[in-house]
Amino acid sequence: MSAMLLAQQILNGLLDGVYYLLIALGLSLIFSLGGIVNLAHGAFYAIGAYLTLVLSPWLGFGGSFVAAPVAVAMLGIVIERTLFRRFYRSDPILSLLMTFGLAMVAEQALRMIFGAPPLSYSIPPWLRGQVAIGSFIYSFYRVVLLGIAATCIAGLWLLLQKTSFGRVVRAGVQNPDMVGALGISLQPYMSAVAALGIGLAGFAGVLLAPIYSIHPAMGQEIITPAFVVVVIGGLGSFWGVVAAALLVGLVKGVMVGIGYSAASTAAIYLLMLLVLLFRPRGLFGERITRFE
Amino acid sequence: MSNNNQFTRRSLLKTAGGIALVSGISAPAILRAQTAEVIRIGHLTPRTGFLGPLGEYAAMAADLAVEEINAAGGMMGRKVELLKEDSVNPQTASTKAERMIERDKVACIIGEISSASCLTIAQVASRTKTLYINTGGNSDALRGKDCQRYMFHVESQNSMYVKTVGRSFLRDGLVKGKKWYSLTADYSFGHDLLKVSKRFMEANGGQFVGDDLVPTDAADFSAYLLKIREAKPDLVAINLAGNQTTNFLKQYAEFGLTIPVGGFGFDTALAWAAGKGNFVGTWPVVWHHQLDTPGSKAFVAAFTKKYNKPPENQAWGDYIAIKIVAQTINELKSAESPKIIQHFEKGAKFDLLKTRPGYFRASDHQLMHEMYAVTALPADKIKNQWDIFASSPAVPGPNEDLEVIAATKEENSCTFPS
Repeated sequence: MSAMLLAQQILNGLLDGVYYLLIALGLSLIFSLGGIVNLAHGAFYAIGAYLTLVLSPWLGFGGSFVAAPVAVAMLGIVIERTLFRRFYRSDPILSLLMTFGLAMVAEQALRMIFGAPPLSYSIPPWLRGQVAIGSFIYSFYRVVLLGIAATCIAGLWLLLQKTSFGRVVRAGVQNPDMVGALGISLQPYMSAVAALGIGLAGFAGVLLAPIYSIHPAMGQEIITPAFVVVVIGGLGSFWGVVAAALLVGLVKGVMVGIGYSAASTAAIYLLMLLVLLFRPRGLFGERITRFE
Repeated sequence: MSNNNQFTRRSLLKTAGGIALVSGISAPAILRAQTAEVIRIGHLTPRTGFLGPLGEYAAMAADLAVEEINAAGGMMGRKVELLKEDSVNPQTASTKAERMIERDKVACIIGEISSASCLTIAQVASRTKTLYINTGGNSDALRGKDCQRYMFHVESQNSMYVKTVGRSFLRDGLVKGKKWYSLTADYSFGHDLLKVSKRFMEANGGQFVGDDLVPTDAADFSAYLLKIREAKPDLVAINLAGNQTTNFLKQYAEFGLTIPVGGFGFDTALAWAAGKGNFVGTWPVVWHHQLDTPGSKAFVAAFTKKYNKPPENQAWGDYIAIKIVAQTINELKSAESPKIIQHFEKGAKFDLLKTRPGYFRASDHQLMHEMYAVTALPADKIKNQWDIFASSPAVPGPNEDLEVIAATKEENSCTFPS
């Protein structure tokens, strides 16, 4: 393999990792604040993809690009108010079981409404084509995706670090009782965080619908690598999740690039094993309860 | 004589009444008596996982077939009842097959798509001496080293797929002296298909410049697409299964690659999901909804009326398997598996909704029938979301033996375990 191809695979792997981020960040965010291990996170990604499909004939890709994640975020608020709320600060196994059930209900609902066969959806014509970065030819759509994902990550970081909203959320993660004693009700913040995390998953569904197969179990496909990313990065660590997502994408891309594609999935689990051996709380996970 | 007859009938009635009284008209006895009136067929196919979308079509078609059979008087005048279950994985498939045979007393098991599950069901079928008809498992090994006397195959074997589409590639000059790059699903079906396609290439003077095994849970093909672009093959040969084929086609179009694509594993549902502008290349298929025969047209019309969409190839397999069983049981006036198997092995002919009838080959229990190669239509020639490809005439041609596309004894031999 030429050095050029290896360089391409490394770049591609980094780009590939960015898609996991949109799922993994929400997962990590919801866990940090409420202690909910959200196994239904992938289901919201699937719902986002299906909503794009349904809304596109009326709103176009641009319209559903905005409307679908907002709708999924609304759904997130409803789920937080009715279900998540009951499981804050209780044994994580309970929320794990509840969200596992929720994921199955969501998948079966999609199956009932849309049927099991995968549905077709394509990149809109104005986003098709290739771009050349030096001698590296790449899909224009993925470059756009990268830009959007990077914007999301930067926006989320700024929201958490630089706004009063972010300060309350971070305080809530560290010491919810103290926040309450200061006379701030955390409940609306919890709803907002759930909406944000789940909305991000829905947004990932919108973004990936044109290049992945759309079927009811697509959420299951993405949730496993997303969990691996969160575990490698360290639960609750913002930059840990970012680093882990890039690392996972990189390992996968390079394994395929050097001809060990059959082991590319196994390599990610091996990576997780190695990281956990040396850093049991993940790469940046020493401050396990904090999200910053 | 007539007196005698009357006497017999009367005494029979008395005895029956007596038995009913003695048994206290117990509910289980009545239930048993009623179920003896229906003939049960067990249907197993994956409804979840990456083959689930195809299993859905299988189940829809099985329902339709049983509905039609019951409307036409059932089997031996008895109503047919279909027991459908999600086979999930090879272990669950064999457990469910066992339960259907031993508890529910099904006459036979029909279905499956995963070659690995076919094998475990076939083992149960052989142990319990019950007929099993495979409607979707392609692996040649199931008709070779893993063959079983009680298993028959409506689905074509991988060799038939490779040789069918191989003719199109030979005609287009894509084999001799050409370079292929293949992507193969990393499980038994893919491995078997890769072996068969390599055999085809070697026999016809082509070579592989690359063959990657793809984990079955891989959804992103960008890394493979970069490698393919670098390798500059003459044809990209796809041995993937389920949603992976759709993912690959969508991303192939996204990356703007223009190297000819072809494949050996194919299902129309996956082409429909890739959609206009993304679906490219030439692929083999066991049956498709555009076939211009009276039987196929009637099947497509009935299916479309019931489900609001045309059937895909997996639907044909389960539909036809149940029709074959019904026809055989009605002709033999028996639902006993050994008798049915004997009938199949003697070369009974069946209408398969194609231009000529098919039969099961006695040596490996493979259904001998026509296949087709379909080629994606250019985007401007596509009129609706279903008719996105054009079909070759039936393969083999009208003057050829149906066996010419199947694996020969040398390529894949079966000796039934006694």
